[in-house]
Amino acid sequence: MDCDWPHDLDAALRALQSDPDATLLAGGTDVMVEVNAGHAHPAHVVALRRVEELRTWEGNRIGAGTTYTTMERGPHPALAQLARTVGSPQIRNAGTIGGNLGTASPAGDSLPFLAALDASVELHGAGGGRVLRWDEFITGVKRTARRPDEIIVAAVLPDEVPLRQAFGKIGVRNAMVISMVSACVMRYDDGRTAVALGAVGPTPLRARTAEAMISVEPAPSDATLAEFARLVSQEVRPITDHRGTEAYRRHASGVLARRLLERCLAA
Amino acid sequence: MTFTTERRETRSGVGTSADRPDGIPKVTGDFAYASDLSARGSLWGATLRSPHPHARITRLDIGPALRVPGVSAVLTLDDVPGRKVFGLEEADQPVLADGLVRYWGEPIAIVAASDVEDANRAIAAIVVEYDVLEPLVDPEEADRRNETFRRMTIRRGDQTVRGEVVVEGVYETGMQDQAPLGLEAGLAMPDGEGGVDLFVATQWSHVDHEQIVAALGLPDDRVRVHLSGIGGAFGAREDVSLQIHLCLLALHTGRPVRMVYNRAESFAGHVHRHPSRMWYRHEATRDGRLVRVTARLLLDGGAYMSSSRAVMANASYFAVGPYRCDSVEVDGAMVRTNNPPCGAMRGFGAVQSCFGYESQMDRLAAALGMDPLELRLGNALHPGDHMPTTGQQITGSLPTAEVIERLRAIPLPPDVAASHPLHLPGGTGLTTSPDHVVRGVGYAVGIKNLMFSETFDDYTEVRLLITPVGVEVHTAAAEVGQGLVTVCQQIARTVLDIEHVAVIFDDTSQIGSAGSTSASRQTQMTGGAVLAAATELRDVILAEYGGDRLDGRGVWRQAELTVTIDELCRRGPTERHVRFRHPPTEKPDENGQGNVHVDFAVAAHRAVVDVDPELGLVHVVRIDTVQDVGKVLNPRALVGQVEGGIMQGVGLAVMERLVLDRGVVRNANFTDYLLPTFADAPPVVTVFVEEPSHFGPFGAKGAGEPPTISSTPAVAAAIRAATGRPITRVPVRPDDIVGL
Amino acid sequence: MRITVTVNGIDHAVDVRGAESLLYLLREELALPGSKNACEQGECGSCSVVLDGDVVCACLVMAADVNGSTVRTVEGYADHEVLHPVQAALLDGGGVQCGFCTPGFVVAAAELFDANPVPSTDQIREALAGNVCRCTGYGAIMRGLEELAARNVGGGA
Repeated sequence: MDCDWPHDLDAALRALQSDPDATLLAGGTDVMVEVNAGHAHPAHVVALRRVEELRTWEGNRIGAGTTYTTMERGPHPALAQLARTVGSPQIRNAGTIGGNLGTASPAGDSLPFLAALDASVELHGAGGGRVLRWDEFITGVKRTARRPDEIIVAAVLPDEVPLRQAFGKIGVRNAMVISMVSACVMRYDDGRTAVALGAVGPTPLRARTAEAMISVEPAPSDATLAEFARLVSQEVRPITDHRGTEAYRRHASGVLARRLLERCLAA
Repeated sequence: MTFTTERRETRSGVGTSADRPDGIPKVTGDFAYASDLSARGSLWGATLRSPHPHARITRLDIGPALRVPGVSAVLTLDDVPGRKVFGLEEADQPVLADGLVRYWGEPIAIVAASDVEDANRAIAAIVVEYDVLEPLVDPEEADRRNETFRRMTIRRGDQTVRGEVVVEGVYETGMQDQAPLGLEAGLAMPDGEGGVDLFVATQWSHVDHEQIVAALGLPDDRVRVHLSGIGGAFGAREDVSLQIHLCLLALHTGRPVRMVYNRAESFAGHVHRHPSRMWYRHEATRDGRLVRVTARLLLDGGAYMSSSRAVMANASYFAVGPYRCDSVEVDGAMVRTNNPPCGAMRGFGAVQSCFGYESQMDRLAAALGMDPLELRLGNALHPGDHMPTTGQQITGSLPTAEVIERLRAIPLPPDVAASHPLHLPGGTGLTTSPDHVVRGVGYAVGIKNLMFSETFDDYTEVRLLITPVGVEVHTAAAEVGQGLVTVCQQIARTVLDIEHVAVIFDDTSQIGSAGSTSASRQTQMTGGAVLAAATELRDVILAEYGGDRLDGRGVWRQAELTVTIDELCRRGPTERHVRFRHPPTEKPDENGQGNVHVDFAVAAHRAVVDVDPELGLVHVVRIDTVQDVGKVLNPRALVGQVEGGIMQGVGLAVMERLVLDRGVVRNANFTDYLLPTFADAPPVVTVFVEEPSHFGPFGAKGAGEPPTISSTPAVAAAIRAATGRPITRVPVRPDDIVGL
Repeated sequence: MRITVTVNGIDHAVDVRGAESLLYLLREELALPGSKNACEQGECGSCSVVLDGDVVCACLVMAADVNGSTVRTVEGYADHEVLHPVQAALLDGGGVQCGFCTPGFVVAAAELFDANPVPSTDQIREALAGNVCRCTGYGAIMRGLEELAARNVGGGA
């Protein structure tokens, strides 16, 4: 096996361009699970841990190499909340937002936050840099639009990030659990509401109908909130698997989204 | 190298929290587990396993595997020179597949190669073709087809008795896994003369030895099984897993061979707790006297017998619980399916039944309009009473009522709104605020036999030796973490009054069997053997020299040291070898009646839970327990066993379950087989009741299993109390609480 | 390929063949079997080590990726004949039964106490939520560490 240990982005890109089949390695928390299980046998690895540019977090541009531990201490409450739920401290010290995006698991913990904000993904490759909106970047279950010669370099949040934001994740265990349902709600000052959910569809999804309904309600009543929850539970597309049933996920989506919205409204 | 610490070292006798002798190497990382062993020139072993629960192997071509560079051996059933089957109760499992595979993960072939990569490549190169067959996975269907390992029939008392108040229920328990952290591992070293030494993590080296020599077709003395460091067991290491495979590879290649399972393989490579379905009818007088219990128990033994017959017996004998009842009808069926084989797991059948009968007792209390504890107290078994199932009279201690009353007396934790997310359902997932929470409290009581039953002669041998530097206790008992090693030291120290005691784990050629580390038996059996050997040796020495006291300096007569320890060691006697037995038991008659058990222990648990009923999430706030332990030999170690057992009971209650899909395990990994973490662990309040056992060193009773038995139903009862949901299966799913 | 890595203060130049993990490297190549392999998915913490100052699961670190890095394993905590306070605390509390999880707890707890000598009960719980124990039910581990924290409040162990 060959390995490159670039110290800057240009070197990383050159290494990848010399072999677009190379495996990009950040924290290793996804790649190594596959390697250990015998499902992946990388012939060439480009290790990204030493690339300082990837760890840079400036304003709303979060370097792809930013770890969950760093996000836990960051300025965005919902991002800090979701980071706290990821795995364990050992996982949080290694796992990165870039890795979460690159793997694009339906249950990826950072994804509902990025989806709620309509955040973007910045990529650099042979053809230069480009920015894709999250739903242009994530195309299916564990599938993204990243080209083999590209490295995810940052998650880019929009300029306007509302103060009222909340995240929640449902699992049967209090730590190290893959979510059955996760959700992030943002409430802007003008009432606009974003509701993003994870683990209830092939990709993170926005409950657009529920959003539209609640965005025009400055002070929703209990009945309105109940209707909001019902709409959310209708819009999600969960499956039954060994972690949970479709019926539960559908029900829980509505409950969780409502509670997160109530938290935003009370703030 | 010696280690010292700033704290005072406590090395003392019975009743103290003496330090473990293996503690320091365990904290420094120096303690050698089976997976840490290696030898110069050793090969690496690996196993090909079936992906199908039921199939005929139509083609098995190991040629391509033999051609993989670095491969030294590829073996199949044809290469087993002796008995081609093994098993604990009956030798019914092929050492390697016999043309049919009967469960997902069944071993088909084994390889030895120069390293793990070559070994895995060889496994992948073996050509296997299957004719996939329909697996039998429904236990009820298996019962209908009479595919059974054992049927139990228990009939006691007047079968025409009926109660004024009747409650019925159907209950289920899932397939729990022992999930010890230490993976299956071993090292087999051929001796160059046709024999082999096996170093392995196991619960019973002699029973492994029996099965190995049978499979290898060798005389007993050609195989020696050595205990290595063990990373937990809980029943997962009673059956042979890699023992025979390793010895075959070592003898075939003439090289040492190492094998370590990975976690997924470990799930496939050991037995699990039997899933169960139980139909119960409890009948009582209007004033709360239990008059009749009818139960039908259905347990799924999976593809091979393992210890299923004994588990079925246990589940049946404890189907009523620690209560008086003079009209009992229990029918048990242990079925054979193509699900993964099930066998020993801490609690051994008594766990499943306890969930059934304790759920029923709460239902009965509700139907009677009685307090659930008053109902239990009114029917509690006392010494002198007869076991409701077997009719055996309780001649030893059984403080059931006291255990319940002392549990009730423990003050409940305050019911204050939690602020830290770790104290709320959903934890740091932030799903739940205090106003979404309802608290519930539930109780349960359980009973377990101690030591083996139904005439099984599970004797234990110990050889005790006094040397100039201290005492040696030789045993083949498996120390799996429970602290037997410490208890043996403490007992020897107390009897001989010699501080330095070394426990030496002999191999199967050096000493006879110590029996299994299971059935909560080692303290009473190996501990009892140490007590017997030490007492006999001391008495013989004192008689020999006319002394009245022995200690580390020698033999004393009144205040005078008459024989120094060096002199004693020169002249003897300094050695005692005992084969220690418990009182005999009986086989049951055709109605399950007889003095089937040696001793019993009871325990009661109270669970306080906070539930988020809308999301179906549970936070276990605290578990309180009172346990009948006979005598506390080591307080710190005993609390450790109780808390650890309770955690496994909580796991079964709320999160642990192997998910099967037509015989295939879907969650054979730690991502999806959820073990309780530090963030899930409730604090535990533990109280011991010390009413001495009629059989046990200093009156001690085994304590390992009772904590796992009634903790699960206590949590279920608490969830019912909080939500009003019936909760008839464990582990409880969020769906069950929500009512979907 | 050849990499250089400093483990417990000692520099090593070692060959890495493929994508094997740091855990494999430590146990099989560097004769440091103290870190344990129990799940290979980062779900149990028994392989916890400190990599460039952060506690991580060695099973999820590719050995090749520690080139130029510093690693501390369980074997690096006792100072010759004196146990690290966390090691003593685990023993004193009764938090060691089979001991398979213990090395991981030593590393994770030592790093916790290094960053915060007086952690609260909940901080201990959350910091160690990635270390699974199957034997103790965590109570004894907690009591030993709580006592260490209490002693630290009093001015040092």
